[in-house]
Amino acid sequence: MADVKLHGFWASPFSYRVIWALKIKGVDYEYIEEDLSNKSELLLKYNPVYKKIPVLVHGGKPIAESLVILEYIEETWPGNPLLPSDPYEKAMARFWIQFAVAKASVYRAFFVSTGGEDQEKARKDWLEVLKILEDQALGDKKFFGGDTINLVDISYGVLAYWFKNTEEVIGIKVLEPTTLPRLSQWVQNFMQVPVIKENIPDSHKMLAYLRIVREKIIVAEQHNK
Amino acid sequence: MDEVKLLGMWLSPYSYRVIWALKQKGIAYEYREEDLSNQSPLLLQSNPVHKKIPVLIHGGKPICESSVILEYMEEIWPQNSLLSSDPYERAIARFWIKFADDKICGTKGEEQNKAIEESLEMLKTIEEDALGDKKFFGGDNISMVDIAFGGLAYWPGIVEKVVGTNLLEPHRFGRPQAWTKRFMEVPEIKENLPDLRRIVKKEN
Repeated sequence: MADVKLHGFWASPFSYRVIWALKIKGVDYEYIEEDLSNKSELLLKYNPVYKKIPVLVHGGKPIAESLVILEYIEETWPGNPLLPSDPYEKAMARFWIQFAVAKASVYRAFFVSTGGEDQEKARKDWLEVLKILEDQALGDKKFFGGDTINLVDISYGVLAYWFKNTEEVIGIKVLEPTTLPRLSQWVQNFMQVPVIKENIPDSHKMLAYLRIVREKIIVAEQHNK
Repeated sequence: MDEVKLLGMWLSPYSYRVIWALKQKGIAYEYREEDLSNQSPLLLQSNPVHKKIPVLIHGGKPICESSVILEYMEEIWPQNSLLSSDPYERAIARFWIKFADDKICGTKGEEQNKAIEESLEMLKTIEEDALGDKKFFGGDNISMVDIAFGGLAYWPGIVEKVVGTNLLEPHRFGRPQAWTKRFMEVPEIKENLPDLRRIVKKEN
């Protein structure tokens, strides 16, 4: 069978989306850690348009963009399906995955918010997004995928782990059992899934990294004002 | 067959993506024009999350987001296929569709110059990396990628009418310019383009 390689970055939720999907499907792969401040020649060759990770390379052929990679993995290794087989249900799954893309700017605004009215607004906007997700995407299900996780859960993995760490860095809690009981329960359930539990970045490293990244962005944005 | 409705807007490239795909596949549908400043109850009920067009309603069930709609249509109506059956080719197509979604956006007023600049950058990337020497992004026939970039085909006409600049200078972007011509000659596309006469030139 053709070899599979993944160019990733230890702190990236997008990188982990691919890792989780490959692990669930039982696909053997070689992992290549990229230094984002000094990207490899290979990465630049494989993703000339965006120059970003993750990039999956299958039999020498590169695929970029985590959501595109997830669809490719689903089609190439159909065992342990991660999307519904019914076309309408599949469309609904894809809709919710795209919802995350549409709301990424709201997440970012919260991530870089520093205080006062701006931060309060950013928090409220983000809370609204999470409420929609909880109400309409998750409902009373254990996972977005039903009894087991699917691509929607994998796409929202950033909430379960990265966002929890972000809350600690900023010092504000949004995703709490009092405000978002079902989504909070989903976080617990998701983090207990063996494939997820065994494949997440080190918490201490992550907190330190998020602090640095946030500082950098905030300083950069202040210079741009 | 279950009834098909499309809620759209006459100037929106996302709306046209769905129209072009429906026409390519020969699917009969009822079109409803939406006023985005005064959305219909049907639109609000069908897309409560985003309240946007396009929305495809198939047998009463709504599907939102143009890329999601096109993937759904490709599965339900596989005739005149818009995506390769090869998983790698599909991944490449989906990559370019995401690129189109990232780079193509509606422009208003002051943002226009920035958008024009970005469009030019995008054209350069497309010319080198996506199109190459092919007739269409899909090869000999149009594919979902051509449809995703389709807004580019008529948008320069609109920009020219409103602002007066010629966005696609032939000597700068030969291949995309040639693709634009070929794309707009495809019958299902030619017969389904916004009527530029409806656009009033803005007074400065």
